[in-house]
Parts: sequence; structure tokens; C-alpha cells
Amino acid sequence: MLQGWVIVLVAFAYLGVLFAVAYYGDRRAAAGRSIIANPYIYALSLAVYCSTWTFYGSVGRAASSGIGFLPIYLGPTLMVALWWYVMRKIIRISKAYRITSIADFIASRYGKSQLLGGLVTVIAVLGVVPYISLQLKAISSSFTILLHYPRIVMPAGAVALPFMKDSALYIAMTLAAFAILFGTRHLDATERHEGLVAAIALESVVKLLAFLAVGAFVTFGIYRGFGEIFSRAQEAPKLRALMTVSETGGSYSTWASLTFLSMLSIMCLPRQFQISVVENVDEDHLGKAIWLFPLYLLLINVFVLPITLGGLMLSPAGGVDADTFVLTLPMAQQKEALALLAFVGGLSAGTGMVILETIALSTMVCNDLVMPVLLRQTWLRLNERQDVSGLLPSIRRLAIAAILMLGYAHFRAAGEAYALVATGLISFAAVAQFAPAIFGGIYWTGGTRNGAITGLSAGFAVWAYTLLLPSFAKSGWLPLGLLTEGPLGIALLKPQELFGLTGLDEISHCLFWSMLANIGIYVGVSLVGARRVAETSQATLFVDVFRHTHGFDRSRIWRGSASVQDLLPLTGRFLGPDRARDAFLAYAHRQGLRSLDELRADADLVHFAETQLAGAIGSASARVMVASVVQEEPPGLDEVMDILDEASQVRAYSRQVEQKSRELESATTELRAANALLKELDRMKDDFMSTVTHELRTPLTSIRAFSEMLLHDPRMHLAERKRFLAIVVKETERLTRLINQMLDLAKIESGNAEWHPTELDLNEVIRESVDATSQLFREKGVALELALSDSVPRVMADRDRLMQVLINLLSNAVKFSRPGEGRVEIRLGTARSGGQDSLRVDVRDNGPGISPADHQTIFERFKQVGDTLTSKPEGTGLGLPISRRIVEHFGGRLWVESELGSGAAFSFILPIGLPSEASEKLAREAAHTTT
Amino acid sequence: MTKRILIVDDEPNIVISLEYLMKREGFAVETATDGEAALKVMAERVPDLVVLDVMLPKMNGFEVCQQIRENPGWRGMRILMLTARGRDREIAKGLGLGADAYVTKPFSTSDLVARIKQLLGQVP
Amino acid sequence: MKRSGMTGQRLAAIFMVGCILLNYPILSLFTRPRVIAGIPLLYAYVFGAWALLIGLLALVIERRRD
Repeated sequence: MLQGWVIVLVAFAYLGVLFAVAYYGDRRAAAGRSIIANPYIYALSLAVYCSTWTFYGSVGRAASSGIGFLPIYLGPTLMVALWWYVMRKIIRISKAYRITSIADFIASRYGKSQLLGGLVTVIAVLGVVPYISLQLKAISSSFTILLHYPRIVMPAGAVALPFMKDSALYIAMTLAAFAILFGTRHLDATERHEGLVAAIALESVVKLLAFLAVGAFVTFGIYRGFGEIFSRAQEAPKLRALMTVSETGGSYSTWASLTFLSMLSIMCLPRQFQISVVENVDEDHLGKAIWLFPLYLLLINVFVLPITLGGLMLSPAGGVDADTFVLTLPMAQQKEALALLAFVGGLSAGTGMVILETIALSTMVCNDLVMPVLLRQTWLRLNERQDVSGLLPSIRRLAIAAILMLGYAHFRAAGEAYALVATGLISFAAVAQFAPAIFGGIYWTGGTRNGAITGLSAGFAVWAYTLLLPSFAKSGWLPLGLLTEGPLGIALLKPQELFGLTGLDEISHCLFWSMLANIGIYVGVSLVGARRVAETSQATLFVDVFRHTHGFDRSRIWRGSASVQDLLPLTGRFLGPDRARDAFLAYAHRQGLRSLDELRADADLVHFAETQLAGAIGSASARVMVASVVQEEPPGLDEVMDILDEASQVRAYSRQVEQKSRELESATTELRAANALLKELDRMKDDFMSTVTHELRTPLTSIRAFSEMLLHDPRMHLAERKRFLAIVVKETERLTRLINQMLDLAKIESGNAEWHPTELDLNEVIRESVDATSQLFREKGVALELALSDSVPRVMADRDRLMQVLINLLSNAVKFSRPGEGRVEIRLGTARSGGQDSLRVDVRDNGPGISPADHQTIFERFKQVGDTLTSKPEGTGLGLPISRRIVEHFGGRLWVESELGSGAAFSFILPIGLPSEASEKLAREAAHTTT
Repeated sequence: MTKRILIVDDEPNIVISLEYLMKREGFAVETATDGEAALKVMAERVPDLVVLDVMLPKMNGFEVCQQIRENPGWRGMRILMLTARGRDREIAKGLGLGADAYVTKPFSTSDLVARIKQLLGQVP
Repeated sequence: MKRSGMTGQRLAAIFMVGCILLNYPILSLFTRPRVIAGIPLLYAYVFGAWALLIGLLALVIERRRD
């Protein structure tokens, strides 16, 4: 009889041993004598890949699909062969730039994008929660089963239990406590946990030994070796089927896609990234791990089929869940100690996975999700706090607890709908979405931030639709009809038969569609879109890491200024002041300097500070923080081109060079166009000046000629003298008028004119203008008709300016009228223009008219249009341009309607209800007038 | 023999002043206010010298100048161009088209008279 | 770099061999109800091929000269 307390005691004793090992490991690490600095420990720690899914779930999977449990281990075996290229590169990159998590890695590669880091974190958390939940489920049910020893009772559905009696809750809490203890005791700039790695390695040994012990017991204790088990199994037709691959139902495609999926997962699972990249002590350890890790996988799987077959043969049909055979077979044989060992093995598989996964996720949540948000909250005044290094572990602790509670919530909610392996595969498919961004990121400089964001989002969305949604439906959260009939009855959108694709299992189906969307969009968007210089330089640094980490001159792509006085406190705020000082001092010593005072804040120091910070808060946040104290310019084209030159793989960059030269070309074209425009403007200015001088010189010529003649010719007749003097006076007046109007126009155009807007009755203004010009009309014998309207509303305008416009229009009309025959009509009325009520004034004459081709010209400066009546029109050629600008100032419009030979009508409108902007402007001017 | 001078300008006051000046010096004077009118006057009676403004309605001074030079019958006619646009480019253009002299407005009356006399071979 | 370059290429070759050995159609050749030394043919083949791959990996890694 196993007492409950014995089991609990054993469990805690085991965890205690683990913690002791971790503590010892940390102590040794602090003393500089690492116990994990050897390839065997590294290889063993990689085996954290084998969770309870392996320990209990493989047997369950084998019971239903025979050899189908193996692809999950064959995939990593194959992938590891490529690690010499792939993982070595990722490790090199991560060490060079202090990458702390997979989210950090992807964010850093794509221009240190906070958005991307956050996205990866969210996907990782959502994707991995079911995986954590399955560990809780496995540990909890193994605990419950063992509690009933020697009876074999399957645990009731988790939902049936009240919270307080649910062992899974306590397990989740305990694991959270341990993860916090292991993972966040101190904050290391490199985010490495030597003690934890030692503990994980120990767990790998324990679970392997436990599984081998159970396997050996079943194979050699219950039966007499492999031969007997298999030959007995051959006798049962159902079991015989497990020993071949079924020829129908796409078993081979499932096999291939699971192999592929697990190849990606060994790279993309947050905990695998943590253990294989972040916790890696020495790149050279990779070598031995390349064959030791597959060997471990092989060993832990050798006994899976014997245990499965033994379990199926010994257990009453359907009475025992195959997922529990590893535990229930020793129990059924009354082997108390072995059952306890199996329990501990499962516990170690579960705890190892959960602790490492939550630590990895908490780092991501803290660095890539919470910190970027917090740093943006100005009300928190984080930027002003001297030391926020205490904040980081707190955030991580909270994150660990929250993630485990999420896992627990999923465990309660998901119930028994899925076997262990099926749940795990959902998580695998989620994290596999990172693969295109990672592999593209380290081998293809062309991959862009937008490509990664959109590809990842698309892949994740497809995953959620084709895998997560069905799992909800199967757990009873959503109607099952969603799966059988499709959403809204649309069969093409059935989540598990998208677009009518059948014949694949759900994982392969999801993998196909999500990878198609993910890779397609990632590549497509990257090829189409432009990218920033920061992205280009990060891309080059990642792809060419093997070139750049040796003697790469960083200062060449960095331009800016910084000071040690800024960088040190900044680093200190996140690492703690003492740690930061030590780190800077060590850096100074490496540079051959004696003290901090001698440190020069150059590109290397800025980079050093940034990588220190990146270790604590992630590269994207670190970039933002450093940028806040450093004045920097983005690297220019030259610098980036320099990096490109350095790379000898010309082909890889030719696309970029081409693009740059295209940009250069288009810049040249633009410059040329700008130059032409400038020349044109210059010519126009020249023409204008020439016109102005011409206009000024003309009256001056007369003035000078007559003055000289008067001066030099004393015998001139008096009448002649008077006539000439009158001309001089007239020309002088003309000159004055010209100068005044030119200044007036210049003032209006430059916005310096004075305006005195008041409320006006336009009738009055027209009458006054008519009075002022009545002399002209009388002299030339031109008739004037007024058609006024007494009831029009008042408008806001400058009285004198408006009179200027009216007088100009009236005198123009007289000027172009036939003496004695001319007839001019001035009319006032309301009109609706552009959806606005306006007043409209028309001045119509019966003169020669203006050809439509000249309708615009007459409003240009000095552009008088010659006519048949006088060889040269009088006036300055500025009246109409000035009038038009005055009317426009009050929100109105001035134009002409005319045909040659049928007179001309000059009209303008003034809005009654001004648009608010214009009326405010006028109100300001009015206020200005009164002060 | 009295030399004949044609004054072409669209500014009435300038025409008046030039007319007075030339008559005082003893020349026979005719006037025109645009290019076409000027050519008409010349066709009737060939002047010895034309005082030609550049900015003229209907046909500008350059065009008039060109037409004069293209007509073999007018080969002896002297042309003095008068303009308020004193830019080098225009001076060069005028002289290139066959003008004999180029005077910018406003001008000194005594200089202008001296120039005209010189062009007509009368040493002042 | 030259020598480790060879190591990488050898490992990549093992990867490709593995992909072929442990997949359709080779796999289908062994999915027969036969028994070799008391072990089902498919089971024996997969584990055998797996072990072979691991052996090759170990060979390449441990005999590299650098």
C-alpha cells in the first residue's frame, strides 16, 4: 500500500534533489568552475525534448498507431545532422548579439522590431499552453493512479473534481514555485542558468533510467525478451496490425509530415531554443550532441512497443488508458518500487519541460511583451527610475505563474478530448510557424520585417483555424457543427477540410495550409516591399555572422555621439548599478584601460552597453533604450554599401545593389527634374524682373526725355512747355501708380497686406464706387446701369479693398467701351456656389470682348490684352491680378465671361457664411483692426 | 537734302518726345505705333533711318528689323533699336538681326541725337 | 574552415540519406508481416536504420580533425 504522503514525500524529495543540484551548479558557475561545461551535459539537457508526452504518451500513441509514434523522434535525429550548419550559426549569432529567446532572435533579425518580438511571444504562449497543460494532466493522473495502488483506477475527468481536490492545481502551483526558484533567482545578462541546466540534465538521466527500467521489466520480467512479446502479439490480429504501416488512410503522408513537423519543432520550441542556444556554454559542444542526442532518443524509444504490446495483452479491454501503461504495468505486477520509479520518471519528464518552458516563455513575455509596453507608459516614469533591475525578476515571476495558470485552465477546460500526443502536436504546429522567419532570417538577406510579420500572422491564423478551433469544438466549447458542416454551413471552409482538401490527417492538413500561407506571404511580401536601413544591416549581420564576428569594424556602420555618463546609468537601471559598473570596468580592462574615466563612448561601447541591456530586456527594448540616450544617425547608404563590399558573396547582394543603383538612378532623374524646374523658375523670375523693369522704364523714358528737352531748349514756346510739363506730370503719376500697385500686389501675395474687415452692405459699396468713377463715364459718354438688390445679406470684407476691386472693374469697362456708344451694367444678387450662399456682382460692358484664350492671361501680372480700339491699353496691367487676390482673400472668386465682339462680363462672388477657417482668419484681422 | 526718320513706338508720349527732338534737329519725321503700320509707312516712302522700339503690338521690333534686312530695296536704311529691356541677350539679338545701333530706355536726348547723326553720316 | 566544411557536408549527406531511408517509399518495402530474429521486420528496419544514422553521425563527428 502506497500512502499518499509517501508519494508526495518522494516527489518533493526528488524536487529537492533537483534544486540542490541547481544550487550547486549556480555556485560552481559563480566560482568560475562550471559543471555543465561539457558536451555530455549539453546533450543530456537537450533531451528536455522528451516530456511526459514521450514518457507516457508514446506508448499511448503506439497502442493506436503502432510505429506512428516514431516520426517525432526521427525528425530531430535528421535535423540534428544539419545542426553543424544551422545551430552553429544560430548560436554564433545569439552569442554575438546577446539573444535571450527565440522571440528576441526573430525580432533582432528583422530590424529589432518590437512588434515582431511581441507577435512571436504571443504565438509562443498561446501555442505552448496546451503543451504545458498536457504535462499537468499527465503528472496529475499518474499521481491519482498511483494513489489507488494496488487497484488500477483510471482518474475521473478533471472537470468532475472541485478545485481544492484537484491535484493538478497543486502540481501547477508547485511547478510555478520551482520554475520561479530555478529561473529568476538572479538576473543574468546572458539569461543563462547553469544550475538549471545541470538539473535538467539530471532529469534526463532519471527519466531515461526509469523508462528503461520499466521497459526492461516488461520485456524481461513479465515476458522472456522481445521475441516472446512480438510472437505473442502476432497471434492477435489487432496487435499484428500495429507492426506494419497501414497501407490506407495516408499513413505515409502523416509519417512524413510528422517527421517534418518535429524537425521544425526541435528548432522552434521556446525551451529547445533556450537549452540549445541560450544555455549553450561552448559552440564545440554541438559536435558530440549531434550524435549523442539522437542516441538518447533512440534509447528512450526502444521499449515503447514492448510496453505497448505487453500492456494491451495484459490489460482488460478498454479498462486502462494506454497512456498510463508505463505506470500501470508495474502496478498490476505489484512492483511497488518500480511503479514509484516510473512515477518519478514521469515527474522528471514533466517538471523538466514545464520549468524550462515557462522560464523561456517568461523571458519572452518580460522582454518582448511587458517591457516594451511598460517603457512606453510615461506615467510609470520608468525612464526616470534609477534602478529598475528589481522589476525584471518580478515581471518574470508573475509571467511564470500566469503561464502555468493558463496551462491549468486549459487542462480543466479541454478535459479528455485529446490524448497526450495529439495535444502536443497542436503546440508543435504552432511553434513551427517560426521556422520560415528563422531559416529565412539566417540564410536570406532579402527577408524583411513586414514579410516576417505578415507571414507569421498568416501561418498562425491558419493554425488557429484548422487546429485550435477544432480542438475547442471537440472539447465542447464550440458547436461540433462547425467541423462537420463548416462555418455558416459553408463546406469549403470546414476547418479540417479547408477548401475541400481531404485525405490528410488534421496535423498534416494544418501544416500544409499554414506553411503555404506563412512561407508564401513571407517570401512574397519580402520581395515586393522596401526595407529600412536598420533591417538591411541586421539582415547582413545575421546572414554573414561567420564573417562579421571576426574583427568586424562596427564603427563603420555607426554614426553618432554618446557619453559614458549616459550609458552607464542606463545599463545600471536594468542590471543594477554595481553589476553595470563591474561590466563596464571589465570592458575597460579588456580595452587596456585602467579606469572608467578613460573609456571613450565610441560605437563599440554603445554596442557593448546595448548587448548588456539586450541580455536583460531583449534586443528590441535595448535598442529603444540606447537610442534614448545616444544621438545617432541611421547608417547611410555608404556604410551599408561598405558592409556589402566586405561580403564576397556578390550574388547574394546583387539584388540589393541593383536596388540601390536603381534608387541612385531615380534620385539622379529627380535631381535633373528639380534642376530643370529651378532653371524654369529662374527664367520666370528673370522674365518677371525684365517685365517689371520694362514697365518702370517706359514712363521714366518719357519723363527724362521731356525734362531734358525742357531743360536744354530755352526757346520753347510756352504752350509747348505746358503741354510737355503736363505729360511729365502724367507719366510721373503713372510711375507712382505702378509702384504702388506693385507693392500692393507684393504685400497681398506675401500675406503682409493690412486688412480691415467689417460687415458691409454691398449695395452701399457699389454706389460709392459708381460715384467715384462717374467722372470717367461722363467724360467718355458711356452709360451706366445699376441693378441692385436691397435685401441682400451683409458680408464680411474690407470696404476700401472691395471698392478697389469695383473701381478697377468699372474703369476697365469704361476703358474698353466705345465713346458715346458704350453701355455698362452693374448687377448685385445672391448665388449659390460650391454648396454655399454667396453674393454675386457682375460688371458687364458692350465693348470688343475678350477671346476665351485670353481669359486666364488677363489675370496675370502685366499681361494686358491688346484690342482693336486703342493700340495700347492704358493702365498698369496689375489691376485684375490685384482684384482677383482681394476677392480670393475673402473666400470668393473673380472671373470673366466673354466672346470676341460681344462684350465682357466680369463677375465675382463673396460667400455669405464663410467657412470657419476663413472666418476665423477674418475675425482675427477684425480684432486686430480695433486694437 | 533732308533726311527722313521713321519713329516706331507704342507709347504715345515717347513718340511725341522723339518727334519733337528730331524735328528740332531738322529731320523729316514720320511715326507709327505698331510694327505692321511701320512697314506700311516704309513701303510708301523709304526713310533713311528707323527708330524702332522692340516691344510693339502686332509685330515686334525684331521682326520688323528682320523684314527690313530681307528687303534689298531697303538696304541703305539705318536701324536704331530702342528698348526698355536692356539685357545683353536682346542687344546681341538686335545687332545680329542687322540693327545698326541699340539704345536702352530711358535715354539721354543729346546722346540719342548724336547717335542718330553719326548713323546718318553727319558729324555732330 | 576547409576541414569543418567537409564535416558539414558529410553531415548534410547523412541527413539526406536519413530522409530517404526513413520515408516512403523505402519504408513501404519493409512493412511486411515478417519477423527477423523475433522482431517484426518494419520495427527492426526502422530502429536499424536509425542506429545506422547515429553511428554515421558519431563517425563523422568523432573523426573530424580540428
